[in-house]
Amino acid sequence: MKYEAVIGLEVHAQLLTDSKLFCGCSTRFGSEPNTQVCQICLGMPGVLPVLNKKAVEFAVKMSLAVNCRINPRSIFARKNYFYPDLPKGYQVSQYTEPLSEHGHLEIDIDGGRKRIGITRIHMEEDAGKLLHGEGIEDSNFSFVDLNRTGVPLIEIVSEPDMRTSDEAVAYLKALRDILVYLRICDGNMEEGSFRCDANVSVRLMGAEKLGTKAELKNMNSFKYVKEAIDYEIQRQIDLVENGEKVVQETRLFDASKGITASMRSKEEAHDYRYFPEPDLLPLNVGAKLVDQARETLPELPEAKRARFITDYAIPPYDAGVLTATRELADYYEEVVKATGEPKVSSNWVMGELLRLLKEDGKDVGDCALKPSAIADLIGMIKKGAISGKMAKEVFEEMYKTGKPPAGIVKARGITQISDESELAGVIDRVLEANPESVDRYRSGKVQLFGFFVGETMKATKGQANPQAVNKILKEKLAG
Amino acid sequence: MDLTSLTIHGLSEKLKNRETTSVEATKAFLKRIEEVEPKVRAFITVTAGEALKSAGEADKRIAKGEGITPLTGVPIAVKDIFCTKDIRTTCASKILEGFIPPYDSTVVRKLKEAGAVILGKNNMDEFAMGSSTENSAFSPTYNPWALDRVPGGSSGGSAASVAASECVASIGTDTGGSIRQPASCCGVVGLKPTYGRVSRFGMIAFASSLDQAGPFTKDTTDAAIMLNAMAGHDPSDSTSIKAEVPDYRTFLTGEVKGLKVGIPKEYFIEGMDKEVEASVREALEVLKKAGAALVPVTLPHTEYAVGVYYLVATAEASSNLARYDGVKYGLRVDETGSLLDMYKKTRDEGFGGEVKRRIMLGTYSLSAGYYDAYYKKASEVRTLIKNDFDEAFKSCDIIATPTAPTAAFKLGERVEDPLTMYLSDIFTISCNLAGIPGISLPCGFTKEGLPVGLQLLGRTLDEGTVLKTAYAYESATEWHTRRPKI
Ligand SMILES: [Zn+2]
Repeated sequence: MKYEAVIGLEVHAQLLTDSKLFCGCSTRFGSEPNTQVCQICLGMPGVLPVLNKKAVEFAVKMSLAVNCRINPRSIFARKNYFYPDLPKGYQVSQYTEPLSEHGHLEIDIDGGRKRIGITRIHMEEDAGKLLHGEGIEDSNFSFVDLNRTGVPLIEIVSEPDMRTSDEAVAYLKALRDILVYLRICDGNMEEGSFRCDANVSVRLMGAEKLGTKAELKNMNSFKYVKEAIDYEIQRQIDLVENGEKVVQETRLFDASKGITASMRSKEEAHDYRYFPEPDLLPLNVGAKLVDQARETLPELPEAKRARFITDYAIPPYDAGVLTATRELADYYEEVVKATGEPKVSSNWVMGELLRLLKEDGKDVGDCALKPSAIADLIGMIKKGAISGKMAKEVFEEMYKTGKPPAGIVKARGITQISDESELAGVIDRVLEANPESVDRYRSGKVQLFGFFVGETMKATKGQANPQAVNKILKEKLAG
Repeated sequence: MDLTSLTIHGLSEKLKNRETTSVEATKAFLKRIEEVEPKVRAFITVTAGEALKSAGEADKRIAKGEGITPLTGVPIAVKDIFCTKDIRTTCASKILEGFIPPYDSTVVRKLKEAGAVILGKNNMDEFAMGSSTENSAFSPTYNPWALDRVPGGSSGGSAASVAASECVASIGTDTGGSIRQPASCCGVVGLKPTYGRVSRFGMIAFASSLDQAGPFTKDTTDAAIMLNAMAGHDPSDSTSIKAEVPDYRTFLTGEVKGLKVGIPKEYFIEGMDKEVEASVREALEVLKKAGAALVPVTLPHTEYAVGVYYLVATAEASSNLARYDGVKYGLRVDETGSLLDMYKKTRDEGFGGEVKRRIMLGTYSLSAGYYDAYYKKASEVRTLIKNDFDEAFKSCDIIATPTAPTAAFKLGERVEDPLTMYLSDIFTISCNLAGIPGISLPCGFTKEGLPVGLQLLGRTLDEGTVLKTAYAYESATEWHTRRPKI
């Protein structure tokens, strides 16, 4: 490899507060346009912002989760530009003095670990949306939906520490997992509640100086992030190879073509004229707020994964799947608590439950099946009260109905007979009814064993525990 | 009895004693407005119907003796910069054409809750940018003392309406002197409280870190009554101060013995009007006679105040006025071209010349490459100006100066010369930069019969001492009782 890429990411995460950053309007997604607006987020004359404390709390939590230092005093600033989705003509953000700085997180890459620096996290408000409905492309009008205007965001800016698109995606996934674990962002890339811009440049391997970067936008899935970065790296290498210059610019990813293309718009020439927002006091985050946030930090994905591997002795793969969300991890732990069987529990939760949930497009939170019911089922299998094969069918019914296994097994009449004395009686009757076959078996025709098993199963309507039947038959036939 | 000549406390007394009713008083003011408005033009909108309705309600409350305040039933006027629910609010600009706020500014709400009757909306310089009220998109306001003179600005309509007895009192806003300078020009009392003492919510922003609402009244007692109703923390304004509001009337003792009145040499400058200087110096003697001590103080960074002000205020204004873009409310010009065309034409036709000049100045001083040299530097010097006052207040309790370097000037005299116009605020601007309270009260007249104002500046949140000093001066003089004849 002659070249290496240098990648830094800017992530915008929408915070899951009930109300907007500076007014009481709801932040619910998907409502009728302009139904979640008030004089404040509409930027009417004379109105003033009041900071949402919950949003600050959330931003502080994220800062702590990625090891950022919280600035005891940060400043809101106005970012000035004209656009119809920006009612005030400026976005309230933070500029020279952000909420927190100097953080990092670790990613798993190529079987190793890598630390990615986080430059800063700052708070800001979201803009609205322009709607270009059917038939209006030809007209001079667009529609503006301001429901999203003023929804709280945090911007998380990384150091240019990533070298490949895989590292970038691993970092993004780690970041998103943390946000979702903290329950401060739903992490939905398609709906735009988790958005990413990438700064990409290339340089000769070993060079210190950074190349000219391009800023990539419009990548609303991890797949697109990877595609866009890979395309851009190759594009820049080609330029350099051909003796051409990389231009500093914003490029939009075109998912249908898999390429990035220059925006070539006047947006490029923006001078945002940042200055301190005079309508808000400096934000003083005191030790009390930081301590409170720290106390309420949940166990984060990394730590949980490591604990699952050591405490439950399950494979790293299982631990990874089971800690994908806090809800799933909690669910799994409840099953383990009741069964004391981490690996078996993992097999049921990771194998059967996740398969069924995936088929239905549901999350573990939507599922009627209780962890205790899975534990009961595992207990019945262990006792031999039900066969493993039957258990899968029972599980599906449990999943569909939310009923505990005992009732289902009883209703279906599929209780397995494992009681040896009961089975011995049945087997005695089978042997008595087939004296010839018994003799032939005993004289060496051992293939008849299967016949006896079949007869025993017939006699028990298939409910006999096969292992027990084998064992008793062998004893009895041995004479 | 001419009801329109009364003060708040005078009318309130008569209402309480059932010598008159609020409806009767309101009618008297509406009649007065009808008579003098063609000459003064202090109003953009007169809300006669709403006024009579709330006067009727006030009378009912007075009859029942329930929830009465000194403002119950008192007709007042409101600068057209305060949003008033369901009543058009223009900021004297074409760009807010047809804008009817669905909300009251906090100050208006508080005054309504105190029972005040709102007669209408006062004329002003567009977006409060100006010192003469000539920058109104509708009409200039004429000084009731001399109709060929300006009433000062930007709250010229509010000052003139009180001077011309078109209302008992009014409210205005002061960003660099926009209450005190017109009060001086019109011979009334104008009080600018400490920044943050009165909520800015619903008050259309010019320069957010400087804007402050305050009253125009016929005397100091009325100013205290108005401030009592207006002041206090507002959860809707993060910059409003969380501090107890005293009853400001308790400061009106007439007692100033031992009070140290600072006289800053930087405010008695070469080239200022001799008659103004003489009146102010005479006023200082009055305070001295009443037992106050005059002490020289220095405010060494005063010379930078105008420069700092025009950087900070225009920078904030350039951002505050970005929302008037034709998209959401107000004027929209040309819906057929591109978005950029619509923005340009709307803002070109909607804003007047002075507003455009200040937007350009502010945009420039915030631009990349200029920010450090202009806006940032100005913010730093602003701190020095504030420190000047902190330092001065170590050796005095109150600072006394002229409000303006001249009495009211003639209409048109300074329109073509923005720099001279900007110097009208030379004595009032520092107070806003420092965030401290200030008052202007009548302290004499020129030979031509034009009022002269005395400015008193106090410590942060010490409106009490400002009012106390003003009241003591007023008690010893009669300037404040004079009214123009129109
Ligand atoms: Zn809102």
